[in-house]
Amino acid sequence: MAAAAFYDLDGTLVRTNLVHAFAFSARNQQGILKSITKTIATLSSVPLFMAADFFNRRLFNDIFFVRYKGESEDRLRCLAQELFDTVLKPSIFPGAYELIDKSRQLGLRQVLVTGALDLTVQPLAKHLKIDEYVTNRLEFVDGYATGRLLPPVVAAASKASWMRIYAEKEKLNLSDCYSYSDSMSDLPMLSVVGHPTAVNPDLRLRNTALQHDWPILDLR
Amino acid sequence: MRERAPKVLRGPVPRNKEDDQVVYIDGDSAPRILFSGEDLLLEDLPIGTRVIYPKPPIEGLANPGAAIRYALNHPHDSEPLYAQLAPGMRVTIAVDDISLPLPPMTTPDIRQTIIEIVLELLDANGVDDVHIVIANSLHRRLSEAEMKRMVGSKIHNAFYPDRYYNHDAEDPDGIVHLGKTDHGESVNINRRAVESDLVIYVNINLVPMDGGHKSVAVGLCDYESLRPHHEPETIRASDSYMDPKRSMLNTKVERQGALVDRHMNVFHIETALNNRIYAGATAFLSKNEDEFTEIDRLKFEAMRWTLSKMPRGAKRKLFQSIPAQYQMIACHAGKTEPVHERILQRCWDQYAVHVRGQADVLICPVPFVSPYNVNSILNPILVQVMGLGYFHNFYRGKPILKKGGVLILTHPCYDEFDHNHHPSYIEFFNRLLPETRDAMKLRHKYEEEFAKNPSYIEMYRRGNAYHGAHPFFMWYWGENGRQHVGKVIVAGAENAHVPKILGWERSESLTEAIAMAKSFVGPSPEITMMHHPPIVMADME
Repeated sequence: MAAAAFYDLDGTLVRTNLVHAFAFSARNQQGILKSITKTIATLSSVPLFMAADFFNRRLFNDIFFVRYKGESEDRLRCLAQELFDTVLKPSIFPGAYELIDKSRQLGLRQVLVTGALDLTVQPLAKHLKIDEYVTNRLEFVDGYATGRLLPPVVAAASKASWMRIYAEKEKLNLSDCYSYSDSMSDLPMLSVVGHPTAVNPDLRLRNTALQHDWPILDLR
Repeated sequence: MRERAPKVLRGPVPRNKEDDQVVYIDGDSAPRILFSGEDLLLEDLPIGTRVIYPKPPIEGLANPGAAIRYALNHPHDSEPLYAQLAPGMRVTIAVDDISLPLPPMTTPDIRQTIIEIVLELLDANGVDDVHIVIANSLHRRLSEAEMKRMVGSKIHNAFYPDRYYNHDAEDPDGIVHLGKTDHGESVNINRRAVESDLVIYVNINLVPMDGGHKSVAVGLCDYESLRPHHEPETIRASDSYMDPKRSMLNTKVERQGALVDRHMNVFHIETALNNRIYAGATAFLSKNEDEFTEIDRLKFEAMRWTLSKMPRGAKRKLFQSIPAQYQMIACHAGKTEPVHERILQRCWDQYAVHVRGQADVLICPVPFVSPYNVNSILNPILVQVMGLGYFHNFYRGKPILKKGGVLILTHPCYDEFDHNHHPSYIEFFNRLLPETRDAMKLRHKYEEEFAKNPSYIEMYRRGNAYHGAHPFFMWYWGENGRQHVGKVIVAGAENAHVPKILGWERSESLTEAIAMAKSFVGPSPEITMMHHPPIVMADME
């Protein structure tokens, strides 16, 4: 039966996270004053983001994505390629290429399962030669972001649900599948496959991986 | 209920000895000291038990530096090293990894002494394109501290990390296919070594399985090249794999080595060490207990008491931090085969003890270290490889244990694994062994899955993990032992599930294990105990 390798993105394959991507857009507002104001606002919110993420990934999403409210879709799309070239591409962990390559050689389907935005993931997935991905998507009304995410929101347990449905649809055996993540919030995503791996894990995930005897990988 | 008198070591009493290394237990014999992982046991053995001790250390060479220089200048079937050097040539020094000697020897490591002399020679002859590659094959990468310890800070600072590094069997650009032997065995070797004008291999021969063609053909190869001989059939056909002349493993490696020699210019430097693991405060551990002095007894009791108060991790750290006091007893250089033959002879001179007659029950204490857990944990798979692999194969002629006999190991068999060094072992032990212990089935059904697991590959390449296929090799390593013994009993195993998963029985104590063995092989068995470490091998009559 066919199988797949599911990757979380931020912190797993790339050094950056959602906040880096948003900070890039904040820094590139129309007008210096607006850029400075938005950058300062973003930086000052970092402790709040961290606390929210530590507590609950859904709470983080609620607090975080609202910052996109009012951003134009065209502008975000324009910035996406630049964001990839200047921020994301240099942040890809050196080991990520090899991991994906070895995984592909095994005949596994390569799938990104990430809470990042589709706009930012697209060029990155293309660069990593990963054809399939599921991401979060901003809701746009009249070309402007509302600050809300379109359902289904990809985070925590919903990643695992998506993987289950995907596996059923594509006739994949989850016991033969691989999953890679850096974060404790992705525990469901790791638990649902036969071959979970903690990648560059935070302390909580490291301890969990040790308890479950999962491999711990450092791609940095 | 009558209290048992505490076991104590008694004073010297004349013994009935067959020779210096073989001792028979009688009514006056002292209890014997046995390793049990990181603990020391003191056990009364049944009267009539034969205890085989290692030979005393052969006197080390007085001037190792001079011996190495002599070997380089008087090689076998080869031009002297200096005569092979020319300015501008590309040279690779390949060196054995930390899996030997065991435990790691006191500094300077003999590899450091050799490499320092070789580098002087290279420098004097204008050779500056020099890389030092650790021939770790599918073993784990050495940490920087381990690498530094092995060659000394001067060489390390000059070469690390660009010109002093670990071999990477999974580097797609770093391996070259040399061809296939006439038996179809692939030979893929480290690119830097293949593309060098000269490869100088620096070896330590701890056991007769080491060295020779195994150095380059195995140490610098990849998974595909290992598959033809790291497999159960080959191990079954090796009687034993410590006896190269009767080892199918060695036959296959020699075929690959011959192919290597057709494509590469290899100058082999091999060394033999004596068995002087213990010296000073721990020297009593290699003595016959009947010959203990009062001081020896006090030292032992103090050590045992101290160990009993320490957590296991601290005991492990303590033992691993005591370097062995090995001394070089021989050094030869030149072409692989004549060099290896001479070194093997010295190995046997040190290790072989003449033993008459096989045993019904063999007792082997399992210490804290194996070639695969330096600075790490002796996990259950490694306990297995020590018992059914190494200890079973420490013979020449025929096994020490009769076919269908009972092997008793002393080890706690704790369910502990090092997540950094042995990640694939964990899955192998917990997922595969409960399904099957059949080496053939494991190889055909699961080996490739583990070998190609991207996580394990990356942990091998970027971390300090053994390759994903390594636990399989360790299981195969015990295959001829597994086919030979009738039963394995682990005395002092602290849990039931580890021995059960390994297919073994457990007992609370050695006494109980011997009673269980008697119920299996009969009431008056011939019992033999191998008193290692240090290494002792039986030259069976």
